[in-house]
Order: sequence, then C-alpha cells, then structure tokens
Amino acid sequence: MTQPDNFGFTEEAALLKDSARKLLAEKFTADVLHGMVAGDPTPERGPALHWDEALWAQMQELGWGLLAVPEAQGGVGMPLVAVAGLCEELGRAAFPCPLLPTLSASYLLGAAGAGGEAPLEAIAEGATASLAVSDANGSWDLAQTPVECIDGKLNGTACFVQDIGKVSHLLVCARNGDTTGLYWLAVDAPGVDVQADAIVDLSRDQGRVVFAGVEAMQVCADASAAFARAMPAIWTLYAADMVGAGEWQLQTTVDYANQRQQFDRPLGFFQAVKHQLVDVMVDIDRAKSLVYSAACAWDTEPEEAARYAHMAQSAASDMAASASSRSVQCHGGIGFTWECFVHLFFKRQKHSQMLWGDGPWHRARLASIVMG
Amino acid sequence: MSADQQKDTPEQAEFRAHAQAWLAENTPEPPTVRLPQSPLEIMTTDQLSYLQAWQKSAYDAGLVGCDYPVEVGGGGRQNCQRIANEEMRRARTPFMPNVIGLGMAAPTVFYHAQEELKQRLLPKLFSGEDIWCQGFSEPGAGSDLASVQTFAERKGDKWVINGHKVWTSLAHFAEWMILLLRTDKSVKHDGLSYFVVPIKSALGKGVTVRPLIKITGETGFNEVIFEDLEVDDSYRLDELGKGWQVAMTTLAHERGAGELVTPSSGGMKSESTHNTSAMALIDLARRTARNGATAAEDPLVRDQIMQQLIREQGLAENNRRGRVTELLDHPMRLALQNKLLMSEIMQDSAGIAMDIEGAAASLYLGDGSAPDGGQWPMAYMNSFGFTIAAGTSEVQRNILGERVLGMAKSK
Ligand SMILES: Cc1cc2nc3c(=O)[nH]c(=O)nc-3n(C[C@H](O)[C@H](O)[C@H](O)COP(=O)(O)OP(=O)(O)OC[C@H]3O[C@@H](n4cnc5c(N)ncnc54)[C@H](O)[C@@H]3O)c2cc1C
Repeated sequence: MTQPDNFGFTEEAALLKDSARKLLAEKFTADVLHGMVAGDPTPERGPALHWDEALWAQMQELGWGLLAVPEAQGGVGMPLVAVAGLCEELGRAAFPCPLLPTLSASYLLGAAGAGGEAPLEAIAEGATASLAVSDANGSWDLAQTPVECIDGKLNGTACFVQDIGKVSHLLVCARNGDTTGLYWLAVDAPGVDVQADAIVDLSRDQGRVVFAGVEAMQVCADASAAFARAMPAIWTLYAADMVGAGEWQLQTTVDYANQRQQFDRPLGFFQAVKHQLVDVMVDIDRAKSLVYSAACAWDTEPEEAARYAHMAQSAASDMAASASSRSVQCHGGIGFTWECFVHLFFKRQKHSQMLWGDGPWHRARLASIVMG
Repeated sequence: MSADQQKDTPEQAEFRAHAQAWLAENTPEPPTVRLPQSPLEIMTTDQLSYLQAWQKSAYDAGLVGCDYPVEVGGGGRQNCQRIANEEMRRARTPFMPNVIGLGMAAPTVFYHAQEELKQRLLPKLFSGEDIWCQGFSEPGAGSDLASVQTFAERKGDKWVINGHKVWTSLAHFAEWMILLLRTDKSVKHDGLSYFVVPIKSALGKGVTVRPLIKITGETGFNEVIFEDLEVDDSYRLDELGKGWQVAMTTLAHERGAGELVTPSSGGMKSESTHNTSAMALIDLARRTARNGATAAEDPLVRDQIMQQLIREQGLAENNRRGRVTELLDHPMRLALQNKLLMSEIMQDSAGIAMDIEGAAASLYLGDGSAPDGGQWPMAYMNSFGFTIAAGTSEVQRNILGERVLGMAKSK
C-alpha cells in the first residue's frame, strides 16, 4: 500500500471543510432551504429552479468552483480528498448550487489532456459546467452516447443533465465516427434547447438538452481514457455528498428521538428506535471512511481508484437509502408532512443514490475487477 | 516502503526493522495438531503448548507488551504494539493463547493494582506462562453484569468467596482469574469489588472448574464454582466498592476501545486454521458448482460477496480514519463500533459460505468430503460466540446509542 495513513487529509483540507461547515450552518440552515425550495408542494408542480445565487457567488469568491482546476490553468489543484471533504459539507446542507457538476466537469477536463486546458481556464475565471453524457436510460456508457458529432456539429439529446439551470457551460460526450469525443460549449449557444425536468428532489434541478447542429469546441477526439480516469473522482464526490446528507439525517433524527416523548419516555429510550439509528450511524461511518479512501486512492494510486470508488459509491448509495427511510419513519406522522424538513434530504438522497449507478451496479463492476 | 513505515518515528522505525528481521527468522512452522478457529476454543494441551511456545518466543523478542514499562516486564516503548501487531499480521504468525490475559487482565492490573502486584503478575502474563481467565458472567448476570451475586465476606485481612461463574473461557488452563464480585448486598454498582485470584492452585480447595460443551461440540469455556475460597486482601484491585469502575477498564479494552493496544494474533493461514474473509468466499465460490456454472459466476453470489468485501474494507478504513482526529466527530464513535462490526461481518460471511456450499454445508469436520474440511459450518456456529461474548450486539448498540448518540439509557 502506498496510501498515506491520514488519507492525505492536510490541515488545509481540514480548514476548508471546517469553514464550509460554519458558513453553511450560519447562512443555510434547513429552514432557509425549506423556505427557498418548498414553495409549491403540488405533485404536478413542474420544473423549478430555486437557489441563492448571491451565496453561491460568495463561494465562488472563496474559490470553491476552481478547486479541481490545476494551478497551471489558474485553479487551486486541491487533492480529491480535500474536495470530498467540502462536498460532504455541501451535502450536509443540501445546498443547491452547481458545484458538483462543475467539479465533475473539471475532473473530466483535467483527464482529457491538452484540449481541456482552455475550458479549465474558463472555469478558473468563474464559468460553471455540467456533464451532458447520459442517454434516456440514464446510461453514460460511451458506446451509447446519445449525441453525435457530424461535420463538427452536435446533434442529439442528452438526459439527466445536473443543475442545468445553474451552469454556464456544458461538457458533452458525442460520437464522432468510431470514437466518442468530448465537446465544450456555452449553454446559450445557438441550437441548444434546454428542457427542464420536473423532478422529485427540490434541492437540485435537472434537464435534457437537445442539440440541433450545434457548434462546439472539441476537447478531445477520444474520451475513453479521460472517462476512465475521471469517473472514480465523480463517484467519490457524489458519495461524499450523500455522506454529508446522511449526517444531517442522523443528527436531526437523533435530536428528535431525544426530545419527542411517547409512553412517558423519549423515543430514543426504545431500542426499536435506538438500534435503527445506531445502524444508520454505522452505515454512514462505513461510507465516509470508504469515501476518504477512494479519494486518497484517486490521489495516490490511480490504477486502484475505480476499485475504491465502487466501494464508496455502493456503501454511500445503500446508506442513503437506509438513512432516508429511517429518518422519515422515526419522525412518525410529522415525518410524513411537507412542513417537516426531513423530506428535503430524503429526496436529495434518492436522487443521488441512483444518479451515477446504485449499489448493485457498483458491486457488479467491483466484482468484475476483483473476481474477473 | 509502506505507508505505515513512512509515519514511524525513528524509534518506531528501528523497532519495526527489528520486528521484521526477527519474524523473518522465527515465524513458527504450522503445527501438527488441528488449531482451533480462535483462542476461545483451545481445548487440548497440545494446542495450548504449541501456541504458548509461540507467545513466549514473541515476548522474548519484545513483540508482546512492548508499550508497558520495563519495571512490569514490558518493553518500555511508545506506540509500538500496533507496529508489532502489523508485522505479526503480515508474517501470518499464529494467534496468542493468553487472549484474556493480554486483552483484559493486563490493562486492568496495570491501571488498578499495587505496584508490587503488577511486577509479580505481568511478566508471566506477557510471556504466556500464566494463562488468565475472566470471571464476570454468572447464570443470573450476563448482559446485566452489575447484578453479579458471587459474594466475598470479610474475615480479617482475608476474604471468603462463594458463588458461581459461567462461560469462563480458558478457565481450564488458567492460573489466574480476574474476578468481579459483590462485597455489599445493599447497593448494586457500589457493592461490587474486583479481585485477581489464583485459581489453579486452589483447584479442589475451594475452586471447581467444569467444562461446558459449545454448540460446535468443542470445549473451551467452563463454569467455575467457588466454595469458601479464601483470598488475601492484597489481591484486591483498587478500593473496596470500586469494582464497577475497574470493570469498565476491562470492558473498554475487551471491546477494543481501551488505550493499551492488545498484542494480537497474526492470522496464520494454514490447513488447520480458517479465515472467513471475502477473499476466502471468492475462493470457495470458484470451487463450487451451481446451475451448471461456478457459484462465482452467479450474480447474486457475486453481489453478496462484494457486500462483504465492502464491509471488511469499510472496517479497515474506519480503523484508519479513527486515527485522523480532523475526520472524527466523536472520539469513541468508531472505536466502539469495532467489535460489533467485526463479529457481524464474520457471522454473515460464514452464513454466505454455507449458502454457497448448499447441501454440502451439512457435512461437518468428521466427514472426508466436507468442503474446506467442514470449517465453514463450524465458523458459522462459532461466530455467535463473538456476537454474544464481550457484550452482545444488542448491548453494543445500546452503548453506541447512549454514549455516542446521546439517547436515553435503556434498562
Ligand atoms: C464464546 C463465549 C465466551 C465467553 N467467555 C466469557 C468469559 O471468559 N468470561 C465471562 O465472564 N463471560 C464470558 N462469556 C459470557 C458473555 O459475556 C455473556 O454470555 C454475555 O455477556 C451475554 O450474557 P447472557 O449470556 O447472560 O445473555 P443475556 O443477557 O441473558 O441475553 C440474552 C439475549 O437478550 C439480549 N439482551 C439482554 N439484555 C438486553 C438489553 N438490555 N437490551 C437488548 N437486548 C438485551 C441479548 O443481547 C441476548 O440476545 C462468554 C460467552 C461466550 C458466548
């Protein structure tokens, strides 16, 4: 093993994580989130875009958006382990912003080599971006990329594009003859039609993007190597977000269990409640430790990164399911109401849980690595 | 150079080099007797003497008790036991037989005994010459440990002990017992006192040890009956009525949350010992046929094995994260999970192995065609020893909920 004992988690990383936690705890509590995103409960509410652009701008000033941009392109070039720490805090607040997609794009661009430099410089200067890589089934397999590049122009429809209403740019996977390349363009480029999705999660937005003969800058002609390198980082970030959200769910539910009295005792006295919440804690801790090891593997032994990222995503995704169900159940009737904040996290977790492959999917991939 | 090594202080680096060099020369040959799956099931003197010889030589080489002071027979080092354990694990040495002595009795004696008693007891404990056992549980007091009834009555500077302990691992070999008993019947916790008692020398003279047979058919634990056993007051640890506090030191170490690291087993792999890791499951699945293919090709089996692999890796990464203070919200949160997770992972692995074996899981040790010599069904049964002993999984969940999450105490 060549990994450092402390995951490479430096004082600087601890500072970043800490300050994010404080900032969000002060400015973005769950009631602020609820007030912002939960205005329209009707099931037919349609697509919505709610976020605090001013607070996000403040975070951009702190340099969060360019953490994954290498120094040579004007960024900070933080190790993934530090970035994962930050994403955990974002998840803890379920903060609606385009950080995860922008970081995802940064890792993919960084892995793409020389062609990725110009877009990375744009991100360093404040551009935000999302990945347009999935088809209507949610597959991001390069062989099934839903967009095609013909005579240098993009055509097709990419689905499940994250936070599409918040980003300025897109990083697209498009077939180009025998290979699949990466393309960079502004969301408002001519020929791009964004159709927002009506989604369950209130803390994010999502959409499909229709490309009709769109000009785009080619980042690389063959994205396979860049994809293989970047996906473990992307999985790790979303897993970190789930871990943070899980911590909120646990803490909130424990607080409730300590305060709500039934049968003349606080709920937490009863083992049917206590043991469930302990199991959620155990699930969170496993996922969290695996997230840090996955990030550390990506930073220090890239050839092992996929193996560890599959473990982290599988653990985080399963934990998200258990933390969600237990948080609603242990709140009882109140937990089933729109007013109670737990549904916000319940929905964000469901979204994250399935976005980049669920537990069984990651275990199937892990099994092919480990068992052939 | 491994990452463990990069972080060593010069003193630790020197110690690690010593351990590596010594282990390269001195890791014992596999035994000719069948070894049990853990120290808790040592049944025969043949098994014991092989393991005792190993503990003695490791102690002489400075790999046991290294973080205890020299005056009590330790190595006088700082944070070196962890290194010795890492290197022993790497070298796949056998486990140490004096598991209760090293894990529970040593730290308790060290923190609570008079200096003279420490110096007398600890060297032979570390070397494995004296095997120790733990007399806590009674027929009427298991999870509710503070309700033990074994009673000591004062007679001058002696105590006269009467009572009944049960499930006492290794009592059949033990020279010494750590003993929690009652010295005052009028109060619960504050009526307890804690003693170390020489039991072997008292066999037939106030102490009776009777073997109990486990569900595996093995022996390894016992019931111990005290009838008017006289012991000297100098064998009392800490103050009268402070037995519960002393027991907390024992339990913290028993559950892996104590400060003094226990010299651990090496995890030797040979035909006579058994490991239940996910890698062993993969190996088994590759050798087992199902529906015209190997079990290793069955998607459900693959998923189950990967779940186990992820749990094992998660536990290893928990232990690693447990040493990074910036990544911990509560100092005991991870340490207190260790025993619960380890025992449940082992149980589930063995259960999955039996599912993989299918009908062949019915074959036990005495059957020549039993896969892996019948070790999996035995491991499955033995695993309940770990989810019950040292605080059941339910009790561990109570402790985690109460001490870490701050929920109200269950009775
Ligand atoms: C292999 C093995 C080795 C052992 N070695 C030793 C030894 O060397 N020395 C020694 O002193 N003891 C030893 N023990 C005893 C062990 O510590 C006890 O068995 C254990 O503490 C449980 O107590 P009990 O058996 O009385 O079960 P009980 O306490 O009667 O429990 C029975 C069931 O009820 C559950 N339960 C009990 N109380 C609660 C509660 N408050 N909340 C929820 N569930 C509860 C338990 O989890 C368990 O499932 C050993 C046991 C085993 C299996």
